[in-house]
Amino acid sequence: MAEVSDVPSEFALRTAATAGQVNGLRRLLRRRSTIAFLMTLPLILVIVGLVAWPSVYSIYLSMLNKKMTAFVGIDNFTFLLKRSTFQMVIFQTVFFAVAAVIFKALIGFILAHLMHNIPSKTQRAYRALLLLPWVIPAAMSTLTWWWLFDPSYSAFNWALNVLGAPAVPWLGETWWARFSVILVNVWIGAPFFMIMYLAALKSVPEELYEAAAIDGASAWQKLVHITLPMMRNIISITVLFSLILTFANFDIVRILTNGGPQDQTHLFSTYAFQVGIQSGDIPLGASVSLFMLPLLAVFAYFILSGVNRRTKEVM
Amino acid sequence: MNAAQTAVSEEALAQLHGKSMRRQRRWALWGSYIALTVFTFMFLIPPIYTLTTSLKTSAEISSRQGNPWLVQHPVLDNFIELITDDHFQTFFLNSVKITVVVVILSMVISILAAFALARMRFWGSAALATGVFLTYLVPESLLFIPMFQIVGALGLMNNTWSLVLLYPTLTVPFCTWIMIGYFSSIPKELDEAALIDGATYLQMLVKIFIPVALPGIIAATIFAFTVSWGQFLYPLAFLFSSDQMVLTVGIVTELIRGDVFQWGKIMAGSLMAALPPVIIYAFLMDYYISGLTAGATKG
Repeated sequence: MAEVSDVPSEFALRTAATAGQVNGLRRLLRRRSTIAFLMTLPLILVIVGLVAWPSVYSIYLSMLNKKMTAFVGIDNFTFLLKRSTFQMVIFQTVFFAVAAVIFKALIGFILAHLMHNIPSKTQRAYRALLLLPWVIPAAMSTLTWWWLFDPSYSAFNWALNVLGAPAVPWLGETWWARFSVILVNVWIGAPFFMIMYLAALKSVPEELYEAAAIDGASAWQKLVHITLPMMRNIISITVLFSLILTFANFDIVRILTNGGPQDQTHLFSTYAFQVGIQSGDIPLGASVSLFMLPLLAVFAYFILSGVNRRTKEVM
Repeated sequence: MNAAQTAVSEEALAQLHGKSMRRQRRWALWGSYIALTVFTFMFLIPPIYTLTTSLKTSAEISSRQGNPWLVQHPVLDNFIELITDDHFQTFFLNSVKITVVVVILSMVISILAAFALARMRFWGSAALATGVFLTYLVPESLLFIPMFQIVGALGLMNNTWSLVLLYPTLTVPFCTWIMIGYFSSIPKELDEAALIDGATYLQMLVKIFIPVALPGIIAATIFAFTVSWGQFLYPLAFLFSSDQMVLTVGIVTELIRGDVFQWGKIMAGSLMAALPPVIIYAFLMDYYISGLTAGATKG
């Protein structure tokens, strides 16, 4: 009896299995997208709820009056553009970002080349020390710079006095203050460029240089005809990326000068903080920070196309 | 004889050439060492000065006698006073609390999302991946004004926990972005084999993807940690009482009262606040650097 019933039960099991497989496949297809959606839901919430929605809300805020009771259209923007203080903020932000990125890129490039010359064992030690400015929280290292720039206790001025040079008003005069905030930004950011360029340098095939050496190319020719073309993509991505970070920089100026002297070193971010949070004019502050948006959009477009091109090259 | 002569001279020429090449190389090597040492010294001036000032007494700092770069009577008073200070302890604990919660939250969100985006193609997945990259490029200085209104409306103003809402906007996009890169580099054969064996997606993630992509997870965790630990703008805008304050802003607001700057303590405080990221960097440097370069090179 048991032997007889065995066969159909096995058969039944097998058909059930195939049916289950078809059913399961259908369920899998249905489940796959559901699972994917559930898995990305927290990310979507962060992007939409905490980045996209506040950005749109910021545009709405920028079109209100100071008490946020009436809609004023683009009045805040035209008001800002007419003020000489804000015109200066635009100039200073562009000057700060462009000057700082140029110096970061140059110093980073020089450092990367020097590092590439030495054996990898000692490279590690130098790299570990040189990257420290990037690792220390920017607000914390800027406090030390503030102390180094102190009008009466400046250790830099002490050293200058020893060398017989006059004391420098690091944060007291407009152009010295502008120089100082750029100096600190370059100090923090140059190691990042170095790391990116060093990674790019290592990916240039050695055969190219050997072939060039046989052809009698000079060091300068190797740099212009091999290194730079091979690194072009990574250089442009790093520069654009750093431009965004530098344009949006807040910590350095806020701590060192707080915009002074006479608002001459304000950036969009620090000026928006002063106008929006400290003076309590939220709509005007939103308008100030929104001036960053068009520039950021242009940079983001170029970075994205650069990254996509690079991904295709790699694949 | 003639032929032998040319052969000899050619050999000599080659030797000479080789010598000059070697000499050139040695010059390049030593020149690089010297230049790098000078650069390293210049880059380390601020950290060194932080340390020397933190070891000075207020009297020594204000005396303005002797070389400010050297310490005459090193003391640990600044550190001891800060460590035993109630406010400083609160700042530190708040920083730790927020950083731990934000890091865990960011990693859970980004690992789940990156897995789905890297392996489960679904409607809108490509657009979402681009969206991740774009939100990564939105700086905090663009968001803090609308966030000021939103945090206020939620009743979270001057509440440390508001930072748990704010920091993921800085950490999640980048962490997701580099995790997509790491997950995509895992060969597809592995998950096909797992699917045939009847593994669910969750099992696949936990048993294959997370162990294989562990270096990427460590790199992303380090990034989330350094960003949350060092953030300055959000706590400055949203927190104002010392029981809710975090370390980065607390040092500035607490130790600077009007015109009184306690530089010795400020430097000791900033040194201690910088220490956790520096220690992590010292031990996990390779992961730190791979996370740094992954942003632009996609894994």
